[in-house]
Amino acid sequence: MTLELRDVSLSYRGTGTAALDVLADINLKIATGTFVSIIGPSGCGKSSICNLIAGVEKSDQGDILLDTRSILGLPGQVGYMPQKDLLLPWRTLLDNVALGGDIRREDKRKSREAARSWLERFGLGEFTKHYPHQLSGGMRQRGALLRTFLFGQTTLILDEPFGALDALTRREMQAWLLDVWSQSNPTVLFITHDIEEAMLLSDEVVVLSQRPARILERITVPFARPRDPDILLSSQALVVKKRLLDLLSEIGGTRAH
Amino acid sequence: MPLRSGRSKLKWRESIPTLVFLVLCLVVWQVSVDYFKLPLWLVPSPSAVLTAFWRTRDLLWAHTLTTILETTTGFMLAIALGLVAGMVMVLSPLAKRMFYPLLIVSQTVPLIAVAPLLILWLGYGLLPKIVTVVLVCFFPITVSLIEGLEVSDTDLLNLLTSMGATRWQILYMIRWPNALPSLFAGLKIAATYSVMGAVIGEWLGASSGLGVYLTLSSHSFRTDQVFAAIIAITLLSLVYFALITGIRRLALPWLHTEQD
Repeated sequence: MTLELRDVSLSYRGTGTAALDVLADINLKIATGTFVSIIGPSGCGKSSICNLIAGVEKSDQGDILLDTRSILGLPGQVGYMPQKDLLLPWRTLLDNVALGGDIRREDKRKSREAARSWLERFGLGEFTKHYPHQLSGGMRQRGALLRTFLFGQTTLILDEPFGALDALTRREMQAWLLDVWSQSNPTVLFITHDIEEAMLLSDEVVVLSQRPARILERITVPFARPRDPDILLSSQALVVKKRLLDLLSEIGGTRAH
Repeated sequence: MPLRSGRSKLKWRESIPTLVFLVLCLVVWQVSVDYFKLPLWLVPSPSAVLTAFWRTRDLLWAHTLTTILETTTGFMLAIALGLVAGMVMVLSPLAKRMFYPLLIVSQTVPLIAVAPLLILWLGYGLLPKIVTVVLVCFFPITVSLIEGLEVSDTDLLNLLTSMGATRWQILYMIRWPNALPSLFAGLKIAATYSVMGAVIGEWLGASSGLGVYLTLSSHSFRTDQVFAAIIAITLLSLVYFALITGIRRLALPWLHTEQD
């Protein structure tokens, strides 16, 4: 589905008089089946964008549309995954992946079957009965991603899902995510602070400014799919990477003053 | 499964020092009593205690049954009341502000002062004993449940909210399982106190129960029987403790699986 943010602004009013402006007139349209990454300085409000789309927070201005329907303040419309895997320790991997079905009060057996087939297809078939504490960090993250895929189906918001993983696991996870994504091709909004990760995964990279966040630039990533991590070494990639680095250091520069 | 049995074998080995020490104490006790020829009414030897335990086993069992009845009823009531009170206080901040401080203060009132009043108001039957058990068990159950239901991980609550979960779903999918380890910790404390609560109630006035056996024996200077009663009380408390531990194992399978 098409995900669209229309003139979205957000500010927090504290107990004092000054309001904290977080987002300023964000306009962003993500076409069906497109993978878009957002990068920006830390604390610029990336997670607020996620919370707004996930329906956990409400904005003062603007609207968020899924196809043509407003989902502002409506939870349960997209699959949302925060940085921590947040698997429930008392549920087995299978039951964790099927959590969305339980919340939607779907038939238990059906949601378990769906969860099992996803887990088997993506290399976690033998761990269905394991509890989260018995799994490695990478496996937990895969479980959480599958839970998000199964719940969100057509539209996913991934907020730095690999931020806490070591570099090696992260590379594995990126390849794995591309594999899962290519199977059902959902619309994805991906938050990261890793330029190479953004380039490897996305069709488009959106660069945000310092708070209050505005969209500074949208850069199309020109590589064909399926992608090999080696494309990051091509000269074309270096041009994109240079542009992104320049933008980010510009932002860093404005912060210094 | 082989992993688990391996661990229980290890646990068994870990308890050997305790057993050795216990046996050593009993031997020293026995030898001292024999050597110094201490009279039975002053300090009975372990063998005399065991003899008394065996000799009065039918009487002891009859009294134990009464205590079991009071303890079990009181314990169950305390669990039911604790669950309701805990849930109410977690769901309604106003209720928590009203009752929680009073609940804490109520724990400073000595049971030994309240029990005679209960006998005065409720008579010599089972009821005042059951109430004492409830009074003793209610607090640890309620407090541990409240602590467990307060989920501190806001990210987790946010995630569930983002998935469209209702308050009720968050309560039984997140808060309740999150509370179980803490609740069982409270239940274990309650289980060890529960028998004591019943015995104190019986002690002050009853026709049957381990507390009665205890008072009668002590009044007639049958110190060996007093110790026999102590053994019965300890065993009974351990049974309740073991029951809770067993139920915990079944109810919290995720805490009893080995790391791969």
